[in-house]
Amino acid sequence: MKKLLLGNAAVARGAYEAGVRVVASYPGTPSTEITENIVKYDEIYAEWSPNEKVAAEVAIGASIAGARSMSCMKHVGLNVMADPVFTSCYTGVNAGLVFCVADDPGMHSSQNEQDSRHYAKAAKIPMLEPSDSGECKEFTKLAFEISEKFDTPVFLRLSTRISHSQSLVELCDRQNDELKPYEKNAPKYVMMPGNAIKRHVDVENRLLALKEFSENSDINTEEINSTDIGIICGGTTYLYAHEALGDKASYLKIGMVYPLPDKKIIDFAKKCKKVYVCEELDPIIETQCKALGLDVIGKEAFTLLGEYTPSMIKSAVLGEKIPKENALLEPLPARPPVMCAGCPHRGAYFVLKKLGLTVSGDIGCYTLGAVPPLASIDTTICMGASVSAAHGMAKARGSEFNKKLVSVIGDSTFMHSGITGLTDIVYNKGANTVIILDNSITGMTGHQDNPTTGYTIRGEETKQVNLISLCKALGVEHVVVADPFDVKEFERVVKEEVNRDEPSVIISQRPCALLKRVKYTGHCKIGDNCKNCKMCMKLGCPAISVKDDKVVIDNTQCNGCGLCVNVCPFGAISKED
Amino acid sequence: MTKSIMIVGVGGQGTLLASRILGNTVIREGYDVKVSEVHGMSQRGGSVVTYVKYGEKVYSPTIDKGEADLILAFEILEAARALPFLKNDGTMIANTQEINPMPVITGAAKYPENLADKLDKQSKLVKLDALSLAREAGNIKTVNVVLIGVLAKNSEIPYEKWIESLKETVPEKLLDVNLKAFDLGYNL
Repeated sequence: MKKLLLGNAAVARGAYEAGVRVVASYPGTPSTEITENIVKYDEIYAEWSPNEKVAAEVAIGASIAGARSMSCMKHVGLNVMADPVFTSCYTGVNAGLVFCVADDPGMHSSQNEQDSRHYAKAAKIPMLEPSDSGECKEFTKLAFEISEKFDTPVFLRLSTRISHSQSLVELCDRQNDELKPYEKNAPKYVMMPGNAIKRHVDVENRLLALKEFSENSDINTEEINSTDIGIICGGTTYLYAHEALGDKASYLKIGMVYPLPDKKIIDFAKKCKKVYVCEELDPIIETQCKALGLDVIGKEAFTLLGEYTPSMIKSAVLGEKIPKENALLEPLPARPPVMCAGCPHRGAYFVLKKLGLTVSGDIGCYTLGAVPPLASIDTTICMGASVSAAHGMAKARGSEFNKKLVSVIGDSTFMHSGITGLTDIVYNKGANTVIILDNSITGMTGHQDNPTTGYTIRGEETKQVNLISLCKALGVEHVVVADPFDVKEFERVVKEEVNRDEPSVIISQRPCALLKRVKYTGHCKIGDNCKNCKMCMKLGCPAISVKDDKVVIDNTQCNGCGLCVNVCPFGAISKED
Repeated sequence: MTKSIMIVGVGGQGTLLASRILGNTVIREGYDVKVSEVHGMSQRGGSVVTYVKYGEKVYSPTIDKGEADLILAFEILEAARALPFLKNDGTMIANTQEINPMPVITGAAKYPENLADKLDKQSKLVKLDALSLAREAGNIKTVNVVLIGVLAKNSEIPYEKWIESLKETVPEKLLDVNLKAFDLGYNL
């Protein structure tokens, strides 16, 4: 039976069919839906772990214990989990182990555009790359076979267009789901120098065997048409190149990115007059081709930046001009993403902006506090950096600077990697103020539960981490809970906490407006006593705008959250049902 | 021949559901299909673009400039933004609803005037006030299904196939209002 499936759902289906028993992940676009789809299969234990490092370790442990296991993350999540991943290459596996990493060329929803293929070479772990949903499922199953056959973890690399495109997938039954026996094997699984030195020899021998596999497996396939042009490609670029060039070119489609099939590449290059390497982001296959002494054209014809398109390939390879666009002859205003109407973060940023504070930001919906009119955030680097980077700022510039400085971090991000930064502040005599924007959910990636919500990935009730007790246990004496929609009180609390000479935490508590249990009713309405001061416009609410120099509220956008009622200095805005 | 359809709008308008209804309808006709979606940050009130391509064999899930046979626009500024993707003889179906983007709200930019008239001069335009029709159907959130109704009328796929797919995609308690919305669009 064929079904239209998202690439991510197809990976989940592949894991199910491969008999996977344990999946541990942390959400991150574009990888999130893999694990969300895993939940549909009762046979698989699934969890949102607090961060990717923990997730990888859960999967590694489960594999050693005899269950086929998987961990899924976005490219920057792979940085977080790199430590256990590099050493899992040395231990190898008991049951199959797959790390599924989704890159984001074009940065649809990311802070950088790193190419995770580098990790395969650096960690000496084989990597497969599918180019549609059908392959997502098949390559996932193959990854588990390779993992067990060669005693190695395997990377499955996706990118946004593969993860978030739906195409047809043939469904099969589940197999191989029995546990493998567990036996203590310290020389294999205790990585201390005496053991690891021996395991490194195994790693290098294994890579030779994997290279042989890559040469002979039909995961790397040739498609010979006209040999005037040869295209070496994989993943998305196979699709784009084929769409652009059809049978005007021959293709070597690389499904195994590491180790690369050198002989196959040389053989293909010999057959074609002119050979291009077409790959998004970094010249990884190209560098290998050039090391083999092949005369190939790569990044000199294409780009290191963003996503490729068929027309771009057509123009680079065939020299065809891109036709003139049919566009309106006037500039159109951009439409950047914004915080939703009713977003609890809006109240917090309104106050931070008003007080003119330096704001050390983090990763989540609340990163949108960096865009006008709120434009409050000064820095955003990676998960957790809001806390530790602010500590560094305060140490660099001293106490007066620190009294105009706060960190903002979401509840899920705080659990992910904010706790260690806060520990650092307490331990090293910092006096920072950290605002935990607790909206009771992991928002940006589409509402995943986390340790502070009290529910598991399957929606089962569980022990809830109490943020107040947690911060106090770390040694923070001043922990205050405040409602960001009560702007006057919130402002008072922020002023008081930043002025302290000790660390403090403000828990800005109000749930995400998109949660089902949050039921705002009615709409906000502007009364006749509006003085047109435009204070409400400073909120950057998508429902409030100016028409003919008068402020108006759009009922189709307004959800009646009432924040604007609280900020109007003349009491001119009221709620109506 | 591959058919290329773009669905554009503002994050939160329900473009994803529309592309899924479309995808599920064309597989009923036995085509190879690819649907490319947008998740994550851009969904938060930003411009969103979904590509649906179907035919005997589809390679790229994305659509290049000048290659869309049809664009289904949920908002008129987004229709204008997507115009470069439309084929010279392509059809533009546009909801005339205006949603102010943040640069317009903050006063940094102006919402362009008379966009429907301008689009009419440069494309085969089918324009409608889908918001009013959704209201008439009984729920303003059915704008997406009203627009799918208009798309259905402009496609070669039979009415019944659309209804079957709609029944499969939409939750049962919302089916009646969605069927009504679909018909209002279809009979425009």
